[in-house]
Amino acid sequence: MKLSITLATSRRILAQLRHDHRTVGLLIGVPTLLMILLRYVIDNPDAFDRWAPMLLGVFPFIVMFIVTSVGTLRERTGGTLERLMTTPLGKLDLLLGYALAFGLLALVQVGVVTAVSVTWLGLDLAGSIWSLVLVAVLDALLGMALGLFASAFARTEFQAVQFMPAFVLPQALLCGLVVPREQMASWLEWISAVLPLSYAVEAMLELSRGDEFTSTLARDLAVIIGCVIVSLMLGAATLRRRTA
Amino acid sequence: MISSAVKTVDLRVDRGGREVLHGLTFEVPRGEIVGLLGPSGCGKTTLIRAVVGVQIVKSGDVTVLGLPAGGADLRRLVGYATQTPAVYSDLTVLENLRYFGSVLGAPRDDADRVIEEVGLAKERDQVVATLSGGQLSRASLAAALLGTPELLVLDEPTVGLDPVLRQELWELFHELADRGVTLMISSHVMDEAARCGRLLLMREGVILADDTPGALRAHTGTDDLEEAFLRLIAEREEARA
Repeated sequence: MKLSITLATSRRILAQLRHDHRTVGLLIGVPTLLMILLRYVIDNPDAFDRWAPMLLGVFPFIVMFIVTSVGTLRERTGGTLERLMTTPLGKLDLLLGYALAFGLLALVQVGVVTAVSVTWLGLDLAGSIWSLVLVAVLDALLGMALGLFASAFARTEFQAVQFMPAFVLPQALLCGLVVPREQMASWLEWISAVLPLSYAVEAMLELSRGDEFTSTLARDLAVIIGCVIVSLMLGAATLRRRTA
Repeated sequence: MISSAVKTVDLRVDRGGREVLHGLTFEVPRGEIVGLLGPSGCGKTTLIRAVVGVQIVKSGDVTVLGLPAGGADLRRLVGYATQTPAVYSDLTVLENLRYFGSVLGAPRDDADRVIEEVGLAKERDQVVATLSGGQLSRASLAAALLGTPELLVLDEPTVGLDPVLRQELWELFHELADRGVTLMISSHVMDEAARCGRLLLMREGVILADDTPGALRAHTGTDDLEEAFLRLIAEREEARA
């Protein structure tokens, strides 16, 4: 691994995004639009204060999962990955390059949605806004890392897009967003306890309740960071210099 | 100084559950242009992938510049252009080459040098997706020329190019060889064979001949290399029968 190669890779990914205005527009516009819809569908400021932070944790996760799984699949099928694997680029250079570029993108995405939520939509957040942004960006990185891993199992872009519901929707159902986790049947609660999105949503719930940095929040952050690292390592294991 | 740039011993490769390279043994001398010729599907690309170290090999050895193929020390010394152009279609020619250049640790102005060499100066700031087929494959070739490779492995680099450009690229290949770079170039058109210093003729996963074009002509008693190839095949069929 070499820092200059990692940074060059991030720059390259950001340059690709710069050429693709529509994708950037969708990445930033869609979560904002959904948040605005949510505000007026619920039409109850108290309920919105509870829902909005949780969704701020889930949107970047989903979006980054899709973008990364399709993006890396394109590298695999387009031959650029094979070319890179014959160069001094290390697998970690590629993965961290993606993490850095998409982390920055997530920061912009979360920043815009949060800004719109607290100003126009009147979101009243009990916890600190910086913790909220931190958790949301970590969620985005989690989605990215899982997307990288999932892309190894897709042969086509069709399959890659189908992985989104497969990887993400069960987590979204079990994470406490639809029904609080403690109200689920115990076997479902156990499953939700090993799914990373549950901790992302729990962290956001903590933030919506108070501005104390609770031990639950600290544990949630640790779990999310741990999952990001494990998924990145799993992703690295799926990048092979030699293929059949 | 190791005399051979590429050396394989009894190289066998399986793809899709069957053996596609049946024990290849050959050597490529340094500073030579070696043409890898044979019909589509004969195993050229698989052999090339084994040489650059991205192919899983069943058995046998591949040594490149004295080191096992695909080793970390070789990654700066081997330039590789795949048959299907491997560049980012959503970046400009320059952005692509700047990126691959920095991965190789090449100086920043190296991108402009290789753009000149493959004749893409006018398309320098054009997004790759808008290039023609020939321009696209030259952009991919340019990436292989970055840095200071000692071995260039080019899979069908001149397909679909107009004759003038093809001529210019072959001049470039000869210049590189004069500087001591070894080139391994695959093609399925026989008229390129005469431009190579040595030829490896392949068919159905075996090597039919490994010789200079002159020696091949003498051996088969024909000036036409296409005809020479046919005679070699006939010779082999007879030997088998």
